[in-house]
Amino acid sequence: MVDLNKKTMKLTLKIWRQKDATSKGKMTDYAIDGIDGDMSFLEMMDVLNENLNNKGEEPIEFDHDCREGICGSCSLQINGEPHGPDRLVTTCQLHMRKFNDGDTITIEPFRAKAFPVIKDLIVDRTAFDRIQQSGGYISVNTSGNTQDANSIPIDKHDADDAFYAAACIGCGACVAACKNASAMLFTSAKVSQYALLPQGQVEAADRVQNMVKQMDLEGFGNCTNTGACEVECPKGISLENIARMNREYMSASIKG
Amino acid sequence: MGNLNSNIPSGPLAEKWTKHKDEIDLVNPANKRNIDIIVVGTGLAGGSAAATLAELGYNVKTFCYQDSPRRAHSIAAQGGINAAKNYQGDGDSNYRLFYDTVKGGDYRSREANVYRLAEVSGQIIDQCVAQGVPFAREYGGLLDNRSFGGVLVSRTFYAKGQTGQQLLLGAYSAMNRQINRGKIQPFNRHEMMDLVKVDGKARGIIARNLVTGEIERHSAHAVVLASGGYGNVFFLSTNAMGSNVMAAWRAHRRGAHFANPCYTQIHPTCIPVSGDHQSKLTLMSESLRNDGRIWVPAKEKDAQAIREGKLKPTALKEEDRDYYLERRYPAFGNLVPRDVASRAAKERCDAGFGVNKTGEAVYLDFDAAIMRYGKEKALTSGVKDADAKTIRAFGEEVIETKYGNLFQMYEKIVDENPYKTPMMIYPAVHYTMGGLWVDYNLQTTVEGCYAVGEANFSDHGANRLGASALMQGLADGYFVLPYTIGNYLSDDIRTGKIATDSAEFDAAEKEVRDRMAKLMSGKGTHSVDYYHKRLGKIMWDKCGMSRNGAQLQEAIDEISALRADFWENVRVPGAEGTKNQELEKAGRVADFLELGELFAKDALTRNESCGGHFREEYQTPEGEALRDDENFKFVSAWEYKGAPKDAVLHKEELTYENIELKTRSYK
Repeated sequence: MVDLNKKTMKLTLKIWRQKDATSKGKMTDYAIDGIDGDMSFLEMMDVLNENLNNKGEEPIEFDHDCREGICGSCSLQINGEPHGPDRLVTTCQLHMRKFNDGDTITIEPFRAKAFPVIKDLIVDRTAFDRIQQSGGYISVNTSGNTQDANSIPIDKHDADDAFYAAACIGCGACVAACKNASAMLFTSAKVSQYALLPQGQVEAADRVQNMVKQMDLEGFGNCTNTGACEVECPKGISLENIARMNREYMSASIKG
Repeated sequence: MGNLNSNIPSGPLAEKWTKHKDEIDLVNPANKRNIDIIVVGTGLAGGSAAATLAELGYNVKTFCYQDSPRRAHSIAAQGGINAAKNYQGDGDSNYRLFYDTVKGGDYRSREANVYRLAEVSGQIIDQCVAQGVPFAREYGGLLDNRSFGGVLVSRTFYAKGQTGQQLLLGAYSAMNRQINRGKIQPFNRHEMMDLVKVDGKARGIIARNLVTGEIERHSAHAVVLASGGYGNVFFLSTNAMGSNVMAAWRAHRRGAHFANPCYTQIHPTCIPVSGDHQSKLTLMSESLRNDGRIWVPAKEKDAQAIREGKLKPTALKEEDRDYYLERRYPAFGNLVPRDVASRAAKERCDAGFGVNKTGEAVYLDFDAAIMRYGKEKALTSGVKDADAKTIRAFGEEVIETKYGNLFQMYEKIVDENPYKTPMMIYPAVHYTMGGLWVDYNLQTTVEGCYAVGEANFSDHGANRLGASALMQGLADGYFVLPYTIGNYLSDDIRTGKIATDSAEFDAAEKEVRDRMAKLMSGKGTHSVDYYHKRLGKIMWDKCGMSRNGAQLQEAIDEISALRADFWENVRVPGAEGTKNQELEKAGRVADFLELGELFAKDALTRNESCGGHFREEYQTPEGEALRDDENFKFVSAWEYKGAPKDAVLHKEELTYENIELKTRSYK
């Protein structure tokens, strides 16, 4: 049960402030008090912003929307880790009970060359969209005349694995966690989803080549198998997807 | 009373849509290349519409306030999507889906629209599977189904608790294919600030680039609004933080009638409020009611002991628990429709049986399901005489595969393990059945302005059934609008590009700029959130799960006063011509402050109870909703006339030719 007598926390926050894409940013210290453990991390940020607003200062901007861990909007590098110290959660579902009274917390935007800062803690992740646009789809029109959904049975394990790959929320934590700022986990999740399904086979070779090419063009780094991406991924996307993408890529290259 | 022609085709119900499609004008492929369409919102309805319109050859521009179309709030839909495939052979059919939906909506939706929805529902599943949406499957490789509230068949297709995500990523992938071909131009981090009309027709929008703060003009031959619902008028809801009514409301101010604003869905299974800091509420999918049993203690003293932390729910004997839904509604039990389940929870909590510290929570218990599944799994795993502990372990495994992500989400938020102790849940604002009035073609009362998905009002009546929002969004976007809009655009093949340097665009842009300047020039007494929270409290207390005439009148007066205060005293820091999240919020809250008053006015005008609209004055002796078909069998469509108090009511009479009007019973 929730402890009704739990004390509130006093924290020191070190937060990245940056006016816009072209300005230089810096870390700024803020003190905050009265934070209770049942607050989410972003609700703590709301309190800070309300305080700043009341003092006539500009609130700190950060991306967030659904606040239930699925839209992939929220980001934040918290004490050096994407989405903070807890596992399998996004920042919006991280709760303050994971911190202690008196803690100092550093909050930065996701750092990667391919994710330029827009303002404060907001970064531009449209590189991910462009990777998807280069081939992350099955070319089928909305005719209403596709074959019946049950006409091709699909092995449950393949369908489940495709689902687990498709569960990626596109937040970019994998890139932020990687010392090379590689987008291999993100890209491989989409490649895998389709590679595992019969519907995706037809365009598999072109898809993997186009998506990898776009990924490189966007300036993401290479994969050196450190596995940090998998550890920090809020949706538990598996490294196996990277292995599968590498196989797909090899076989597509051989086919030419 | 203006002209409210719903343009329903003649002929037998089951033939209307086919006949209509055969009769409407088409645009030849070469001419489609000369026609531009704006789609505002990129959720299931907007994303699927944009992709399909682009496939057909139109030039599409999409707008969303998020940084990517993939983040629209459809992504958060959990449980599933309905379709009358009858894969389970349990007696499902188009007619049954149609019937369930009209009944579930408490006989306040339009027959012809709902039948069409049922008719195209099967195609949606075919389309999504062809796109690679990884629906849940059985071991034989075929698609799996589950049940949702208010129906007696299993017609819900799902992808764990992330069905909305998978369907939206499907629509997003279809969009990406068209973006790659240059047929869709996406404007992300953009917000529609106004609708521009030229010669009475919707011909474009004024948008704000949320990164640079620039005001932009975009023209088109038609404008499609797919901007979602307005549940955030309550401040706390299961909607995303950014979900707002601005696009729909701006269109309303330009002449689009707003229908049934008071029809709001309060979803029975959400994680209860934990404190004043709360920024939003989290849904626990209705699919959980397939396996979870809802209860409160049968004795008030036990409920009190639980609230005080002196008694654990697991220690309560079976006979000391009140499974009130099973007791009151034996036929449907835990799977009654959402409005019924929500009111029943409120009734128990108001009577003093609530189980958390605020007294506003009931239990959703999986113990019986864990043991039931566990026994089966033990047997199929070859363990013949398993002990209780082994059975439980097997059962938890099964529950994990069905609802794992929901259980994990619950544990992260509440810090309790729902496999070991029952979940605590309470109703929360979730979906709005009301929205822009549209005819059969999904056109609003502004020519050339269409509304699809949650943004329109047409299919769910006074209460939406579970797993039907996804169905409607995709039906509108993939299979309905692309046909009906062609009929309108066939007149525009010689119009040519719409200029953006016209007097109409000048005037609309000026209004947008003046409004923003006014928002920035408030005296600065209170923040935007201060007003939003106060509005939300008025809405929840006086326009929530139950309403009465006196309170609704108070709500109207209070919201009107709050709106005046807002415009005088709001504080918006920062500048206009830059990224400014407070300014974004201010514009949205300003519109909620108008909508909220119209909402209360609509509820006050509707002197009956139906679906999610429960007026305390109109109930049966058993406390069920008491409809008044003689006087209120109509859609309320409100015309904008300045202040919400001056809005003019237009009625669209509903006719039921294929369904007999009955008192809804789930007993």
